[in-house]
Amino acid sequence: MSVFSLIIINKAGGLVYQREFQPGLRKLSTNDYLVLAGTFHGVHAITRTITPKLPLTVTAPATTPTTASTPNVTSPSATSTPMPSSAAATSSATAAAAAAAAAAATTTHSFPNPGVPATGLETMETDKFRLTCFQTLTGTKFLLFTDPLMTNIDVIMKKIYELYADFVMKNPFYQLEMPVRCESFDRNLTGWLRGRA
Amino acid sequence: MSSATKASRIGEELWKTRVDKVNAELVTLTYGTIVAQLCQDYDGNYQEVNKQLEKMGYNIGMRLIEDFLAKSNVGRCANFRETADMIAKVGFRIFLNIAPTVTNWTSDNNQFSLVFDENPLADFVELPDDGRAQDELWFSNILCGVLRGALEMVQMQIEAHFVSDVLRGDDTTEMRVSLVRYIEDEMPPDEE
Repeated sequence: MSVFSLIIINKAGGLVYQREFQPGLRKLSTNDYLVLAGTFHGVHAITRTITPKLPLTVTAPATTPTTASTPNVTSPSATSTPMPSSAAATSSATAAAAAAAAAAATTTHSFPNPGVPATGLETMETDKFRLTCFQTLTGTKFLLFTDPLMTNIDVIMKKIYELYADFVMKNPFYQLEMPVRCESFDRNLTGWLRGRA
Repeated sequence: MSSATKASRIGEELWKTRVDKVNAELVTLTYGTIVAQLCQDYDGNYQEVNKQLEKMGYNIGMRLIEDFLAKSNVGRCANFRETADMIAKVGFRIFLNIAPTVTNWTSDNNQFSLVFDENPLADFVELPDDGRAQDELWFSNILCGVLRGALEMVQMQIEAHFVSDVLRGDDTTEMRVSLVRYIEDEMPPDEE
């Protein structure tokens, strides 16, 4: 079994669940786990906001070759140029970029695939382990520490989410956003992970 | 393919493959008992019963959304119209095996109606003959709360209420759903 451990972080960045699935892992103190969860939550939020947006030409289809060029966000000087189109002027950086491009054509900035919003950090890898983060649409984050060689982590993640939906969310005495102390969740989770090893 | 057709297919597929079924009458009888008990407890104050049902639904919705997302594996909806189809054709399908019609959109795309051709909660039900229940009680009001709770968890504040019910002698059972706003950031304001 090469799943090392699981951490669940609620939408406010609080640690609600932490569990190891392998003996011999070095334990952190409860406080360190709380710090880890909070720190990861913050880093995740930052990685989401720094996702670069690419310039898109409004008149042309979204797949024009302009997507290859990097966005002009290097000049953070707060220009006082009056902006006719306020749609892109969400920050001074994008405003400057938009102003620079305004002469050529009406451009706007968007994520490479506009239908998919920025997700933030998804995986982090070291020699000895891989950290995979799955954030649900409700804001809960599942952090799974696995062997770096392990494949099909999304399948495991999906199953964990299902078990969580069943044994945590459907337990009427579980209080939302509070630490998870559901024995049947523990049992089913370890049972399932052991079964597939 | 329109988002409604796509949603219908997803709903059908999930209903067939991923959903544990229970006896429909068990659901109907359990829900009926709850409403009847509330009517007794609140001494026929139907406004209060409506409120309590909505609140119970809200608490269910906040939990049920995770089951919906885990089972359906769908991504974020691009707009409120897509959300409406998702609710009607996937949500109602997997939890109640019905698919109400989405209709009566306002021009700003922020309000729609769900029209229920069938309602498993209300099978066998006749409202009390006290001259008030017919005008005051929304028997299936729990559904309004479920939608409010579920959508709040995916950053949408909505308002939902019934406008007609066949139990009251109306021609249709119709729920009105309005988008109040998208909740921008999940960060609570009191954090640090």
